Amino acid sequence: MTRPHAPEEVWITGVGLASSLGEGAAPHLAALEGGRPVLDETGFAPFPIHPLPALDLDRQIPKRSDQRQMEAWQRLGTYAAGLALDHAGARDRAGGMHLLVAAGGGERDTALDERIAAELAPLPAAEAAPLLNQRLASGLRPTLFLAQLSNLLAGNISIVHGIGGSSRTFLGEEQAGAEAARVALARLAEGSAEPGIALVGAAYSAPRWEMLLTYAGGGVLWRGPWAPLRERLARSGGMVTGSLGAFLVLETAAHARARGARGLARLAALATTAARRRGGDGAGAAARALAGPLLPRLRPGHAVFSGATGVARPTREEFGFLDWLAAEGPARGALHLTADLLGHGIEAAFPANLGLAALAIAAGQAPQALVTGFGMWRGEALALLDAPGAEGSA
Amino acid sequence: MSATRDHLGRPLVAVTGIGMATPLGLGAEESWAGLLAGRSGIRRITRFPTEHLKTTIAGQVDLPEEAGRDPFPSPERVERLAALTAEEALAQAGIGGRGGFPGPLLLGMPPVEVEWPHRLALARQAARSGAAPRYPDLVAAAEGRRDLFEGALFAGIGERLADHLGTRGAPISVSTACATGATAIQLGVEAIRRGEAEAALCIGAEGSLQPETLIRFSLLSALSTRNEDPARAARPFEKTRDGFVMAEGAAALVLESLEAARARGARVLGLVLGCGERADSFHRTRSNPDGGAIIGAMRAAIADAGLDPGRIDYVNAHGTGTPENDKMETLGMLAVFGEAPPPISSTKSMTGHTLSAAGAIEAAIALLAIRDGMLPPTINHETPDPAIPLDVVPNAARRARVRHVLSNSFGFGGQNVCLVLGAEPG
Repeated sequence: MTRPHAPEEVWITGVGLASSLGEGAAPHLAALEGGRPVLDETGFAPFPIHPLPALDLDRQIPKRSDQRQMEAWQRLGTYAAGLALDHAGARDRAGGMHLLVAAGGGERDTALDERIAAELAPLPAAEAAPLLNQRLASGLRPTLFLAQLSNLLAGNISIVHGIGGSSRTFLGEEQAGAEAARVALARLAEGSAEPGIALVGAAYSAPRWEMLLTYAGGGVLWRGPWAPLRERLARSGGMVTGSLGAFLVLETAAHARARGARGLARLAALATTAARRRGGDGAGAAARALAGPLLPRLRPGHAVFSGATGVARPTREEFGFLDWLAAEGPARGALHLTADLLGHGIEAAFPANLGLAALAIAAGQAPQALVTGFGMWRGEALALLDAPGAEGSA
Repeated sequence: MSATRDHLGRPLVAVTGIGMATPLGLGAEESWAGLLAGRSGIRRITRFPTEHLKTTIAGQVDLPEEAGRDPFPSPERVERLAALTAEEALAQAGIGGRGGFPGPLLLGMPPVEVEWPHRLALARQAARSGAAPRYPDLVAAAEGRRDLFEGALFAGIGERLADHLGTRGAPISVSTACATGATAIQLGVEAIRRGEAEAALCIGAEGSLQPETLIRFSLLSALSTRNEDPARAARPFEKTRDGFVMAEGAAALVLESLEAARARGARVLGLVLGCGERADSFHRTRSNPDGGAIIGAMRAAIADAGLDPGRIDYVNAHGTGTPENDKMETLGMLAVFGEAPPPISSTKSMTGHTLSAAGAIEAAIALLAIRDGMLPPTINHETPDPAIPLDVVPNAARRARVRHVLSNSFGFGGQNVCLVLGAEPG
């Protein structure tokens, strides 16, 4: 191994998507050309959500014992990871593959929570505390803890798909999805993630009261019947959460060529930052600074895959940024507000948009793509994708 | 190769500041003194009632500002412990005064969520309408509770710390179970080697001692139930070991390229020479019986440091005190080092298992062992386990020449990370 060397070109060679729209490339590509979202507007009212798809789990998680050890978000993620491996034709490379996952918290047993809350709420604290111990000790299922630990999505992917290179789990909502991809790209490009292939992604299961509780506290959820993002923004704003499993196989061009795999797209650049939100909102300014080095590389007709959440403040900042970009840069192609199709998949949103962009480029829908990620509360990320070999020197 | 580059031509990574908070004390020197004295930080839990619990002991870390009020929820404890140790490390390094740290924040932390005291308070509020509260009622009661939102957001702790400490760019938070602290350091080392930054602030913090977390570990049969004598409960590598003891704490390391540290005349406390990692795809809570991932991570760290195993003078063990971990770690030691492995001790015998903080705390301990030429002991070593033919530095600290230390971290979920720490060259 020699260092330092010229950065390696990094390709996306596999995309695994599972969402309320279905699984795999076809339904998602079709939706980009004009599709309707799949919604559950009653089950978690007043909050609409995009439900989990029906998955034939046996296809990607063959052992029933493995399926039982997971909850929905882990099954969704493990399933999507398997789709990505199949799409890349890279299952035989799993043993040395690096795994980078963005994860939130796992499911709670909401029925147990409700029983305990109902019983203990009327009691004085001194009586409630010992009873809490007793009810938890007898009510919690041991396996649920493993479903709950954030890093166990990665653990399950390693076990089910045999990933053995390394395993890192990033925390922090949308930003975690972008950081996982940024670190993977940086390590592949510098040649330190030998042998040169990584699996990157996240999963979010939307039908979850305990997550809605947290987000309701922040006032970031849209209430009432579903409406497209621009309509929501014209009123109070708010996000609609969506079930989403999104994994990508990232690979150095050399590694892909050596095994005869094709690149769907080149991941040409990925940058993240986090504007300080105390006082005025600097997210737009932060993104403009990130976009600076990308601007000369943008070409006419580039598509934008926006991860805008619909939460008022960051989404207005992002739209301001996109207006600035349209004024400063070359003519834009399609602008996809993918949350209108998939809902907002939190940690999975950025990896999913990278995947959609790669699929669109491979399908000839766009010559180049800019992916944005403005978190509901904090964190900004941008990525640039183009066709493999499209740009001589990066 | 210049003196500030490693065997692969990468920038050498120096440590110029160390902060530590453990059940042995708040502050690196106090913790280190406790470790060298062979003191246990394990005691009976006083934070909450322990009726009906199988385990009633822990390495509980209370903050001075908690006295006389309700205990902090985990996110707040994690944030305060992280800030406390970061401030200690930054002061020692003499860098980053008032909002100007020249690099990113890498934070190893546990997952956090809304906890029972808040959940019950929401239930009480919701119950005023009469019927037993269901989740939709709890959610309605939570509307407008920005404190719950910002407390339970995983990005919240890192964002507030970055704001407070003035680090650059997006703060990065990670969780790789019991290897979390080591992963945070590894990400910092990589950022400096890659030239993304001249410095990085790496923190591992843990503050999860609350009933539900304790019960969950208990249900996995992972915890010691030796409640009657807390100080003697954690007994890694000993024949009668029966599980780990949950603990809290944090450690922060200021990393800089050796070149940048020297250029500004900083005192170099040691180097992070190597990082190695392997994922175990065998089982959620057990290692593959062949030890492949553990052995692979240890070997990868030593190779990344450009060393042969024979150059390692001391190993700070993962050493949780579960029957399984210590058996597998022994297997790894014998495989990597052969017939004559170096001394290995588990400081978890004194601190307990600080989970997300352990990898960072133990890297800090390794650096102090190098600085003082002292090996901290494995305490509570009463009955040797004949299946563990290792020098575990039993019961008393020992003077030794220490140039290179291997620090092991093995996590549930198969995430294994090892670090090699070394003395400053020349």
